[in-house]
Amino acid sequence: MAKLDEKIGFIGGGNMAFAIGSGLINREFVKTSQVLVSGPNIENLGRWRDLGIATTDDNYEVLDKADIIFICVKPHILTPMAAQLRNLHSPTLKDKDKLFVSVLAGVKLKTLEEKFSFVEGLKMIRTMPNTPMQIGEGITVYSPGSYVKQQDLEKLHLMLNSLGIAQQVPETMIDAVSGVAGCGPAFVYTIIEALADGGVKQGVPRQMAQQFAAQMLLGAAKMVLLTGKHPAVLRDEVCSPGGATIVGVHELEKGQLRATIMNAVEKSSERAAELGKK
Amino acid sequence: MNQVGKIGVVGGGKMALAMVKGFLSAGLTKSEHVIASVHPDDKQSLKQFEQINVETVVENAPVVEKSDIIFISVKPQVVPIILPEMRPLSNNKLFISIAMGITLKVLEENLSSEARVIRAMPNTPALVRSGCSVFARGTKASQVDGELTKSLLAAIGTCEEVPESYFDAITALSGSGPAYVFVMIEALADGGVRMGLPRDLAYRLAAQTVLGAGQLVRDTKEHPGLLKDNVTSPAGSTAAALKVLETAGFRGTVSNAVEAATLRCREISGN
Repeated sequence: MAKLDEKIGFIGGGNMAFAIGSGLINREFVKTSQVLVSGPNIENLGRWRDLGIATTDDNYEVLDKADIIFICVKPHILTPMAAQLRNLHSPTLKDKDKLFVSVLAGVKLKTLEEKFSFVEGLKMIRTMPNTPMQIGEGITVYSPGSYVKQQDLEKLHLMLNSLGIAQQVPETMIDAVSGVAGCGPAFVYTIIEALADGGVKQGVPRQMAQQFAAQMLLGAAKMVLLTGKHPAVLRDEVCSPGGATIVGVHELEKGQLRATIMNAVEKSSERAAELGKK
Repeated sequence: MNQVGKIGVVGGGKMALAMVKGFLSAGLTKSEHVIASVHPDDKQSLKQFEQINVETVVENAPVVEKSDIIFISVKPQVVPIILPEMRPLSNNKLFISIAMGITLKVLEENLSSEARVIRAMPNTPALVRSGCSVFARGTKASQVDGELTKSLLAAIGTCEEVPESYFDAITALSGSGPAYVFVMIEALADGGVRMGLPRDLAYRLAAQTVLGAGQLVRDTKEHPGLLKDNVTSPAGSTAAALKVLETAGFRGTVSNAVEAATLRCREISGN
């Protein structure tokens, strides 16, 4: 039983689009028949078809038919794609009812509203999601453009929150958040690998080391989210006097782990902002 | 009224003075119930004990004879020399040693088997009654002896009973710790001066900041990590500064310092 009646369209059917689309279907927000996705190479949209979703190589078809349109092209494709749509579009009354949702990293609302100015009363929401949305553990922050109504935000919030956590933020905060939540999974995958490598070095079989590293991380993250305790408090609770854990923690401090991670977030945020300026 | 019995001090120097002044201030004893042995060359200490009306002598024996509780506060290298002379007089008395690195074992072996021994470690801020003391009981020292020790040392700051095995790490933390903090205070002040503050103002601010921060941790019982968060607003100046500290490995360095001091303590006491 679907929770939304609207037709959902994706312009661009890459990883992020698929994470959202498949997530919405898995959570039963929409039926597959409500979804349409476009991409330049229809052969690359096979995984959508595997779910029973209609695909097309015509971006305009998505714009025309969908009520909620997710813009999921690569940032450098935005300009030519929007120009193409502008050429094909004639203003209709339906324009003001359509809700546009951008997932383009670093692309500002101002830019999006310019590119899509051919839509009258354009309702555009800028979002920054992350890939674990696909398994319902995503994080999406979003910021509304002009003409977006409260009910549009609530609808989007409902969809995105069902795939993890969704939060409205001022647009100025989005690049910083992407440094943590958008890029963060990559940092954590690196950490999981390193933990596994450490385990293997100490004699644990690879498969077991990797699974345990991931499960441990999951558990630790859940402890933070569910207990509401400060992470430093949780850390203290694991570190008995003169024990094994504190020795390891000391190694991390000696290796300036904290600063390294802070640098990663900083550089990623700066790069996200840079990309958005182009 | 004399609550604690007669108090003697063997080796009346700065720390002993601080302690006695603290006991008197806290009303735990009266000056006529205190006696201290002071090295005849230590004119400064002699004068200070005189000023608080405490009897001073040059020999250790009378101090032990006349007192129920005897603080041993001579320099550690002097301890093995004076213990034998005190031994015959030490029955049924409580000895509280603050000599660094002198273990309960050494104290018990060199005093009477009927003597009760406590090993204590205060730190230098005891001089302004903001000390941080710990003590461990010897085999014959009773719980009452412990409580008495605690109430005496609490007159010059905080006081907790700990296992003797903690002493080396505690020396590294709260014993040497003030030195680390003095360095930090200097550095904070240097930073302030670098950025345009007058030196004396910078020192006062640095000292009070450290004091205040310590008090926040102690009195609110909040985790210091949380207190740090409370001062660190998004994209603010504190965040910028903390980044510098993390990049330089501040945390790891301080932990390393405590580790090095602990290991050195162990080396010195032959553990």
